[in-house]
Order: sequence, then structure tokens, then C-alpha cells
Amino acid sequence: MSYFSDIIQGTKSLLTGMRITGNYFFKNFLTRKDVITQQYPDNKDTLKMFDRFRGEVTLAHNENNEHRCDACTTCEKTCPNGSLEVIWDKYKDPETGRNKRVLVKHIYHLEMCTMCGLCIEVCPTNALEWGQDFHHASYDRGQLTKVLNKPGSKVVAGLKG
Amino acid sequence: MEDFLGENIKTQEYFLNMGPQHPATHGVLRLLLKLDGEIVHNVDMDLGYIHRSIEKMCERDTYKQIVHLTDRLDYLSAHINNEAVCLLVEDALNIEVSDRIKVIRTIMSELTRLSSHALWWGVMGMDIGALTTFMYAFRERELINDIFEETCGARLTMNYNVIGGVRYDLHENFVKRVKALLAQLKQKLPEYDKLLTGNVIFRKRLEGIGYISKEDAIAYGLNGPTARGSGVSCDIRKIHPYSAYDRVDFEESIFTEGDSYARYKVRIKEMWQSVHIIEQLIDKIPEGEFRHKTKALIKLPPGDYLQRVETARGDFGVYVHSDGKKSPYRMKFRSPGFANLAALNKMAKGLKIADIVAILSTIDIVVPDIDR
Repeated sequence: MSYFSDIIQGTKSLLTGMRITGNYFFKNFLTRKDVITQQYPDNKDTLKMFDRFRGEVTLAHNENNEHRCDACTTCEKTCPNGSLEVIWDKYKDPETGRNKRVLVKHIYHLEMCTMCGLCIEVCPTNALEWGQDFHHASYDRGQLTKVLNKPGSKVVAGLKG
Repeated sequence: MEDFLGENIKTQEYFLNMGPQHPATHGVLRLLLKLDGEIVHNVDMDLGYIHRSIEKMCERDTYKQIVHLTDRLDYLSAHINNEAVCLLVEDALNIEVSDRIKVIRTIMSELTRLSSHALWWGVMGMDIGALTTFMYAFRERELINDIFEETCGARLTMNYNVIGGVRYDLHENFVKRVKALLAQLKQKLPEYDKLLTGNVIFRKRLEGIGYISKEDAIAYGLNGPTARGSGVSCDIRKIHPYSAYDRVDFEESIFTEGDSYARYKVRIKEMWQSVHIIEQLIDKIPEGEFRHKTKALIKLPPGDYLQRVETARGDFGVYVHSDGKKSPYRMKFRSPGFANLAALNKMAKGLKIADIVAILSTIDIVVPDIDR
């Protein structure tokens, strides 16, 4: 007798599950109300990430192509993975006559970065910022090494560091 | 002709490699199976394929830098791992964090647990052969990931805890989003039950499979939901409450059957308990500081320190031996998955290959956590 009751019970439990999946199938087939899938590459232009999203480290530039980095290398020292490299040069300030540093290249190795955010936190002049871009996939490792300061950019005048 | 069917035919044992690139081992884990036909006689676990020497890297880094490395251990409980390191350093330096930080950390930990268990539930069904559950679980998990992305800035390796607090204050949409999540979970969790828990095929695959007794569970050092399925009370949130767990009311989910189905039920109940914990806290997040100022370079006084937390997989321990310098002399992570995996041989002996997949799924291993 238990042979038949097993069959009945088994069929019943299967139908309970299939009622849920069938319900979703027909409801979404007609109304598409519960569909949450995003059609990713198609919505690339309208896709907006959250403000705090950590996509990559960037050096903020203002409209006059000026950044706030005074090449103090704190970020380079803080980075746990050695993803940042600050290359700087010395020059003599004509007003005070003291030696000062000027940024030549701010090199960012995206392939080594773990997005821990320590560099952005320690920056004394708030020069570094998070960028929201996440399209980093590339065929060549070398393309992931970036120079953060734009060509021809200068330090903001009167920066205190 | 008789000989081909009679008793003169002998079978022999043979070896089979399961992994390291096998979808059912949830990562790069190699199992060396000793089989007779399809019956498992012995299971040897071979680890080391994803070893990244995180413990050694901790000896190089400062305490602030260590926090982000723990994301990469058990990546499904990334937030709770971060919390363990932060609690350890705060305890050692006698930093008393504000109530707001404690409550934020507790809510985030429970959200992490929910997201981890949701993923486990989906993958569990998929291992057994039901593809639908995977899609359904990811619907809820996506909501949790959105909450993390908005407040913490990342979906998986959040790195939200810092020593002395949390990185950012809660986003203004946080409470609204969490309430929407809780409402949806309350509606969908019974659906989970209807889909899998009551399903006759699913129960036949789990009931009585992978049995481990309470005594054996203690002897093997099992922990987390795996041990609670055998009736061992081992919830660190109850034994050594940290953050805000001492002020919330929740039940430790324990089942005594000791088989795969019991471990399944433990996790389902834990999801309900997590919902219950968040419900108690979400309406009364106290005002206050979200991050205390700490020194730029943190040095622990010489000595030994230990902090235990309950991750989604069990008892995660951080042990530090400090000699007073800026980085620890030795840092040791006690990962829950390692002890749980060790009992696989005991659980799987005499069963079939397909049952190993089911057992691996119910002990819920994350291989980067085991290998470190």
C-alpha cells in the first residue's frame, strides 16, 4: 500500500514545485513584471553605477586641467600591493627659493590593485578619487598600466600639503 | 559462460580524480577517490591549488592593510572576516566603539550571512540537479548586493570595516532598501521550502546521507551549521557575543539528525533568524560617530591576541602574536571550512559518487578560505 501512497505523495510534492515555476513562467511571459535581468551590453549607455562604487583610482582634474597632487608619495607608501608609482622632479620655487617637488608621472597599475581604498583615504590633499568605470577587461596586461595625470596638467596654484 | 555471471568474477578498487577543475567542488579542490564500482571506499583531500600565502603577507603589512586581505579568505563572508580583524585590534588597543558602529556591523554581518546562505541554497539545488533554484536565489541575493554596493562601494569584497569603525556612514537609502529586502524575503522564503524542502527527490538525495554523530562532530572539530546539524551547540554569537549580538533576541538553530538534510534545515532556519535579527535593529540604529580617529600607524602591545566570530560557515578565528612592531610577528586564521572538510571521509565512506557532491554542498566549503 505504501508503494502507491509514495507515488501519490511524490507526485504531489513535484506539482507543488511546478506550480511555483509555472506561475512565474506564465506571469512573466505575459506581463514581464518580475523580470529583473538587465540586458547588460545593450544598456551600457544608460547604466549608472552607485556614487560610492569603487571602479578604479583616478586623479581628479578640474576644468583648467589642474590636479591637486604635490607628489608627497604617501599613497605609494600606503599601497599594500605596490600599485601606485609616483615619479617626481625637484624644482626651485622662485618666490621662496626652497626646493619643491613637482609631479612628473603618477603611474597606476590597475592589474595589481585590490580596490582597498587606502591611498584615497591617506591622501593629504584629496587628490585621488574613485572612478566609476568598470570596463577594464583587456587582452594585454600592459594596457592596464595607466598614467593618471593628464598630459600638460599642472598643480592647482596655492596648494597646501 | 557461467564464470562471467557467477562468483568467480572479482571487482577491483580503482582511483578517480575529482577536480581540481570540477564544477561540483566549488573551487580548485582535488579529491582523490578510492572506488569500487561506484561505491566510495576512501576520500583523500588534496589542497594547495589556490594557496596565496595570505598569512605570510600579513606579516609584511601594517594592521590597516591587513583588513583588506581578509576579504579574500572566505569571500562570501567578507564583511565578517573584516570585522574579526578590526575587533581584535580594537580590543588590543582598548578602543571602545560607539553603539552606532556596533549596530551597523551587526546588520551588515547578518546581510552577509543571508547573501551567503542564499547563494548556498541556489548552488545546493544545482548540485543535486535542479537548475531553477539558482536563478531564484540570485534574485534575492541581487537585492543584498545592491545594498552593499550602495553603502560599501563593492558587491563582494566590501572592505567596509576599518579599525575604529566603518568606512562610510550608512547611505540614506539603506533603511528603505533593507526593509524592502526583508519584506521580499518573508514572501519568498516559504517558496524556497515549497521548491526544495518538501520535494521528494531532493529529500531522497539528502536524508540519511553523510551522517556524522555528535561525538564524531566534536572529535573532528566541526563548527558552524555543519556541526549544528549534528546537535552541537557552537554558535559564537551566543557563546562569546560580539558587536550588538548581546542585545538582540535570536535562536540558535540546532537539529540533531546529523545527516545532510539536517544541515540543510539548519541553514534555512538561520536565514529566518537573520531576518529576525535585522528586523529588531533596523528601526533603532542609534545616532553617533561612525568612525573613530585612530593613529596613522597602529602598533599592538607585545602579546598574544585571539578573536572569534561566527561567519556563514562557522567559527572564524584570528590569532595574532605581536612583538610591538607595526606588523604582526605571526598571524593565523582559523578557517571553519578546513575542519569541516576534514570530516568528508567519515561522512562519505560507503556512499556513491553523487552523494559526495551532495555532502560537499551541505558542508558548504569555500576553497580560498581553506587554502588561504
